[in-house]
Amino acid sequence: MADPLLRVDNLVRRFGGILATDNLSLEVPRGELHAIIGPNGAGKTTLISQLTGQLMPNSGTIHFAGRDVTRLPSYRRSRLGLARSFQITSLLKDFTAIDNVALAAQAHDGHSFRFWGNARKERHLRDTARAALERVGLGSRADVLVSELSHGEQRELELAVALATKPQLLLLDEPMAGLGVIESARMVALLKELRKEFTIVLVEHDMEAVFALADRITVLVYGRVIACDTPDAIRRHEEVKRAYLGEQHAVTRQGDPIG
Amino acid sequence: MFLLIEQLLNGLQFGLLLFLLAAGLTLVFGIMDFVNLAHGSLYMMGAYFAATFVGWTGSFVLGAILALAATLLLGIALEFVALRHLYGRDHLDQVLATFGLILFFNDMVRLIWGPAGLALPLPTWLTTPVQLLPGVYYPAYRLSIIIVALLVAALLYLVVMRTRIGMLIRAGASNREMAGALGINIKLLFTLVFGLGAALAGLAGLMQAPILTVQIGMGENILILAFVIIVIGGIGSIRGAFLAAIFVGLIDTLGRAFLPDLLRKVLSGAAASTAAPALSSMLIYLLMAIVLVVRPEGLFPAAKR
Amino acid sequence: MKFKLNASNVLVAVVCAALVLLPVYSAVTGNIFILTLFTRIVIFALAASSLNLMMGYGGMMSFGHAAYLGIGGYAVGILAAEGIGSGFIQWPVALAVSALFALVIGSLSLRTRGVYFIMITLAFAQMAYYVASALSRYGGDDGLTIYKRSTFDGLINLSDRTQFYYLCLACLFGGVYLIWRIVNSRFGLVVQGVRSNEQRMQAIGFPAYRYRLTCFVIAGTICGLAGALLANNTDFVSPAVMYWTRSGELMVMVILGGMGWLFGPLIGAIVFLVLEELLSQFTEYWALIMGPLLVLIVLFARGGIMGLLGRVRRG
Repeated sequence: MADPLLRVDNLVRRFGGILATDNLSLEVPRGELHAIIGPNGAGKTTLISQLTGQLMPNSGTIHFAGRDVTRLPSYRRSRLGLARSFQITSLLKDFTAIDNVALAAQAHDGHSFRFWGNARKERHLRDTARAALERVGLGSRADVLVSELSHGEQRELELAVALATKPQLLLLDEPMAGLGVIESARMVALLKELRKEFTIVLVEHDMEAVFALADRITVLVYGRVIACDTPDAIRRHEEVKRAYLGEQHAVTRQGDPIG
Repeated sequence: MFLLIEQLLNGLQFGLLLFLLAAGLTLVFGIMDFVNLAHGSLYMMGAYFAATFVGWTGSFVLGAILALAATLLLGIALEFVALRHLYGRDHLDQVLATFGLILFFNDMVRLIWGPAGLALPLPTWLTTPVQLLPGVYYPAYRLSIIIVALLVAALLYLVVMRTRIGMLIRAGASNREMAGALGINIKLLFTLVFGLGAALAGLAGLMQAPILTVQIGMGENILILAFVIIVIGGIGSIRGAFLAAIFVGLIDTLGRAFLPDLLRKVLSGAAASTAAPALSSMLIYLLMAIVLVVRPEGLFPAAKR
Repeated sequence: MKFKLNASNVLVAVVCAALVLLPVYSAVTGNIFILTLFTRIVIFALAASSLNLMMGYGGMMSFGHAAYLGIGGYAVGILAAEGIGSGFIQWPVALAVSALFALVIGSLSLRTRGVYFIMITLAFAQMAYYVASALSRYGGDDGLTIYKRSTFDGLINLSDRTQFYYLCLACLFGGVYLIWRIVNSRFGLVVQGVRSNEQRMQAIGFPAYRYRLTCFVIAGTICGLAGALLANNTDFVSPAVMYWTRSGELMVMVILGGMGWLFGPLIGAIVFLVLEELLSQFTEYWALIMGPLLVLIVLFARGGIMGLLGRVRRG
């Protein structure tokens, strides 16, 4: 078997006395949509932040596309094709939607130490950005300031920004957070499209979405992996049921979303 | 050797004085998250009040007490009229508004007391040197500054660490909403803290007044030093401010005292005597730069909010 | 950019036209004073514009910007004192030294954030101030008189009031144009992006530090040019040019005009310095009015004059 696109070995991260990431190992092969679930405080965002380099682990290694990226700063990882969306929307609020995306495109279009030409008139940056916006369904909102976009639109814009960096791997931190029913459905449809093209690591609370989308699911409790398997196997997994799914499962059952 | 002891004491005295200034600044900064450039103006006002009141009453102690009260009232008035509207604003806004206040205070002093500086003569009982060790004499006034400042520092520590008010202050610092929810009158608390800071600045100003000339702009240089101190010590930390103040006081004083001689070995006499004070002043900023580069939060950062 | 007919653009157009025509007015009426005043204003507008690049677009609140005024000035003054009068040498040296200083200061300061950044830039500027005070060979505390203004091989005569004024104005317009190009360039967008959300910019692949530092150096260099002009204007340079209150005044000009507005610093410099001039004619204690005015501006007119114009336009 070929090397996985992302390989995490024995990752450890402490905050004071708390083990936020406890000897965690993980493999994500190319083309997979890998979901990470776990109760609040399980260390999901901490893990994502270490994968993208916003946070450095205390020990352990992270390999991306066959390269050790454990100590690389986040901007270098981004250039290697590792893109993230943020749980709490993190955009350039005083920029327009298209400027947000165009900057991401610009980051991956050679260097930005150009002081003279008007970057907003660079056709290929604008085209890339517009394409990414169309992709997430924001084509008509390109020139709107981010602060004036709805919450759902901002979540979609997060995705467009990630896409514009031409990533190999998308790390999505709760893309459905705070979305309404209709917006969620749109996001799921969008992710279904994107998974054909990208390897995706998805952290999500919305179990309905996770079980509908994931190839494999990793369950995290107190920073530790307690299970990593296909959705069907996870659903049957005793420890997972006990530790986590118990109450939530009952909720998702009603609509019987699974299957 | 005697010179060294004397200069060490001078450094300690200056450091303690700086602490009085920095303590108020760091309290206001740490608790209200407020950058107060006008803190130096309160220091200046303390000195001018002292010079005036001592002249009126003819008594140094009575004048000093009146001056202290006046600075306290001025601080509270200032907080009430202008500064409380700036809490929660951008630091930049606070910097600009209090910068405006400096301009205001400088010209007001010029209007009231005139552009020439004032002198504050000491009563004779404070001018006689005290014998500390056999053969080591030290001016009584400087010694009394050291004692007063140490007492104030101890008192401040006790108030902040051991009393209910201090607990409120610390609660206000670490969690404003929670303190509010506990029924603490934050507005009043802030006014009190600001008044306390003003009084400390005034105390520093009036104690320094007999040593230096009382003049316009005297607050500005020392304000920057106080800022350096709280940045080195860690914003909001009284302990950090204390240690950093002593450190800065010693470096500044010893630099001024001994650098000229050291430099004279390398440079010509005139060049050495002009370069030395500049170099010793620079030393402090260099120290601050190093601290910030190595520990961007200062040496003793206050507890996280 | 399309030109829109709105209050702020009309104001800018009128002000620029007036600046260009000012020497004519001065010559016709014989009012030399106004030309002198506006030469000063134009120079400070250039310095404030450079600060605006850093503060308004880069989000870096430097409280030590006046240091570059002094460094540019001392480069001219010291070279002149050493017998090198050619502006072709003096000015490039002024720019280079300013850039170098900014590079060193910036690379250290930019490791800190927020208030710490404000304070460390202030501290470095104070250091520069003390270094200048220690230059006993060049006047020390008392400052350095420049007996002969920079010469440019007869191309332009800086001792001629009108020529010097136009040179300053050209530098200002050139500086503002340069800043405008930078702001809209790839680099400028990145810098503004970092101001808006550093974490996001890192996450999409920009090493924020380098961009910030570059912006810091550009701003310092432009201000160094203003310093060279200022020294020529006053025929004198002293440590006082670098004193921290001067940095504060530059900040005030930027905020007064409207931070992050290309022409804000120009408008701010005009308002601040004209006000200072008028108030000081009216009373010796002009700061008694200026000080509280600043407080009021901060409290009630945060967007500066541009903000007020914007309100008029919308209202």
